[in-house]
Amino acid sequence: MGCSIVVDSRLCKGCGICVELCPARALELSKELSPSGYRNPVQTGKCVGCRTCEMFCPDFAIAVVCNGKGSA
Amino acid sequence: MSVAKHFSRKYLREEVLPTPFCPGCFNGVVMNAMFKAMEELGIEDLRNFVFVSGIGCSSWIPNPLIRADSLHTLHGRAVAVATGVKLANPRLNVVVIGGDGDLVAIGGNHLLHAARRNMDLLVVMVNNMVYAMTRGQLAPTTPLGFRTATTPYGNFEPPINVAKLLINTNANYVARWCVSNFHKLKQSFKEALSEVSKGFRFIEVVAPCITYVVRYEGKTPGQKIKELREACVEVKSISEIDDVERRGKIAVGVFKKELKPGYVELYESYASRAREASQK
Amino acid sequence: MVRALLSGNEAVAEGALAAGCNFFAGYPITPSSEIMHYMARELPKRGGSFIQAEDELAAINMVIGASWAGARAMTATSGPGFSLMQEGLGYAIMTETPLVIVNVMRAGPATGQATKAAQGDLMQARWGRHGDQMIPVLAPSSPQEAYDLTIEAFAIAEELRTPVVVLSDEFIAHGREVVELREKVEIPSRRKPRDPSEPPFGSPDPRIAPPMPPLGEGYYVIVTGSTHNEYGYRDVHSFETHFRLVKRLVDKIRLNVDKLFRYEVLGDDDAEVAIVCFGSVSRSAKQALRMLRSRGVRAKLLRLVTLWPMNDEVVRRELRSAKTIVVPEMNLGQLIYDVQRLAREDSRIVAVNKVGGGIPIYPSEIVEAALGGSR
Repeated sequence: MGCSIVVDSRLCKGCGICVELCPARALELSKELSPSGYRNPVQTGKCVGCRTCEMFCPDFAIAVVCNGKGSA
Repeated sequence: MSVAKHFSRKYLREEVLPTPFCPGCFNGVVMNAMFKAMEELGIEDLRNFVFVSGIGCSSWIPNPLIRADSLHTLHGRAVAVATGVKLANPRLNVVVIGGDGDLVAIGGNHLLHAARRNMDLLVVMVNNMVYAMTRGQLAPTTPLGFRTATTPYGNFEPPINVAKLLINTNANYVARWCVSNFHKLKQSFKEALSEVSKGFRFIEVVAPCITYVVRYEGKTPGQKIKELREACVEVKSISEIDDVERRGKIAVGVFKKELKPGYVELYESYASRAREASQK
Repeated sequence: MVRALLSGNEAVAEGALAAGCNFFAGYPITPSSEIMHYMARELPKRGGSFIQAEDELAAINMVIGASWAGARAMTATSGPGFSLMQEGLGYAIMTETPLVIVNVMRAGPATGQATKAAQGDLMQARWGRHGDQMIPVLAPSSPQEAYDLTIEAFAIAEELRTPVVVLSDEFIAHGREVVELREKVEIPSRRKPRDPSEPPFGSPDPRIAPPMPPLGEGYYVIVTGSTHNEYGYRDVHSFETHFRLVKRLVDKIRLNVDKLFRYEVLGDDDAEVAIVCFGSVSRSAKQALRMLRSRGVRAKLLRLVTLWPMNDEVVRRELRSAKTIVVPEMNLGQLIYDVQRLAREDSRIVAVNKVGGGIPIYPSEIVEAALGGSR
């Protein structure tokens, strides 16, 4: 099953913390800009479900979903 | 199935998101650590909490972002207002969130005396090392040599070590963590909201300003977190603090943890003595 | 009816307790400290909270926090402390926080003469805060009035969600007279919103204060000293929000002037000589009035009990017949500005100013000023 990340493009300001801190290097910033003008993260690799991106997301814009479940 | 949402969102007012903070601002990470602690403590809503803040970027954390009663007060006065709230209704959990300039410079006297009284408050100091809202002036916590709008040739005023100062007051709980120490910081929030739920509790979070510190240094927020992971050294005893700091590192850890009666408890026994005295 | 021999300061404290005050924060300062001493003795045993703050900034802000948590809260201070509290008063105005603040005036500026009576804070009580604002100011002239007006101040604060200043002075504070204490004082509690949809910072009728949600009851109220809309959300950019808010806050006091304005008139309706005064100077002024009338001068005394908001109409009417108006003040001239503004153009306005050393303005000085030039 594995895990995936959900990004709320309304809240993301493209700071890149999630991309830089992801130990699995599973994220990249998108080439396209969000409606608010930011480059949002997109999942490009396998998410290990450590939730580092969630904890360090300063804009409450990321949720990690593992086996259909969000954060406990 | 509803779209998964970040865990902090249940404690926030959706209508005011996105936050007013700069991209990458660590204020949001501090909030995440606090909300994760609350979530793990089983706190469903914040109706028994009152958040009090002063003026500054981190003073915008509670007001109006957090879905709770909150008072966004004058610059420096949050601790005094919070004291009034707590004494008038001791049932409430009163949390002060503010910056280093707000709590230590203009509000320093209130902080010191609330700690002296062991006032039943949780005070969270987001130490961003500068005055950020007013565009990057010198703060009492700005490191030596640091260039700010008011020390353009490099700061020559030695900074204050707030957590170390407060160890020597009657405060029940004093901890300092870097924003990179997410789990330890969360653990401190849990302790200060449950195990040590009385008296004065102080948590300093070293969270350098993204705009006037981190970007200024030419770093990204992610790089700063990685750097802090190396720079912040946990001490097991306060006797190690000086040694760590001499090495140019930031000493972090739980510096003090006691369960002395807080002000409210002391006042209640004082009041019962007053009642007895008046009956004689 | 209970009668007690009380100083003005003690009478303030008794009035506050009668009004249901259950929170006091203060900082020691002469000549107001006896109010704090009294509350320190009484509140703990009556289930209230008393705290000696680390400074006056803390004291007023503690009072603000306590008021939001549901308490009837007050502080008392004097000149230098009153200056420090201006900041907090501005916040209380902006956030519509009910509280009572007593300023026992002493000679200033700065430390001045801490133990000596003065009336130099009149303009500060009215205008001491930055920005557009208005708060009621009441001035007692006796311990009895100190008691009654403190009760009144709490009633106004609760009803209009505003800070109220009781402007006393050292003569009243330390003068001792018999005070009639009331058996029972009922002050209605501030209204809570019917439900969270009722705005806590907006009112269709500016004369009526919006309901006040107490902390900890699930209203999730947003309180801020920044410009805010009727639900408390910060709006620091728009003209409309700011103008609507400050206009309503000022109108809340200004448009209630009929309700708030108290004064006393003694003497002849068609007086040629009028004495206009407030506070402890009124004691000399009353004696001066008797002296003038015993000499056959048609004279009256207009004593302002409410110093702010000013009822221009009343003052204008009361001064209509006066050719000579004497304004005795223990300062270098503050109330006189109102008199100059509201007296008829051809009247002779004479100031009697004396301050310092604890020397009162004597009745003879007022009489002399009234008759001077026309003799």
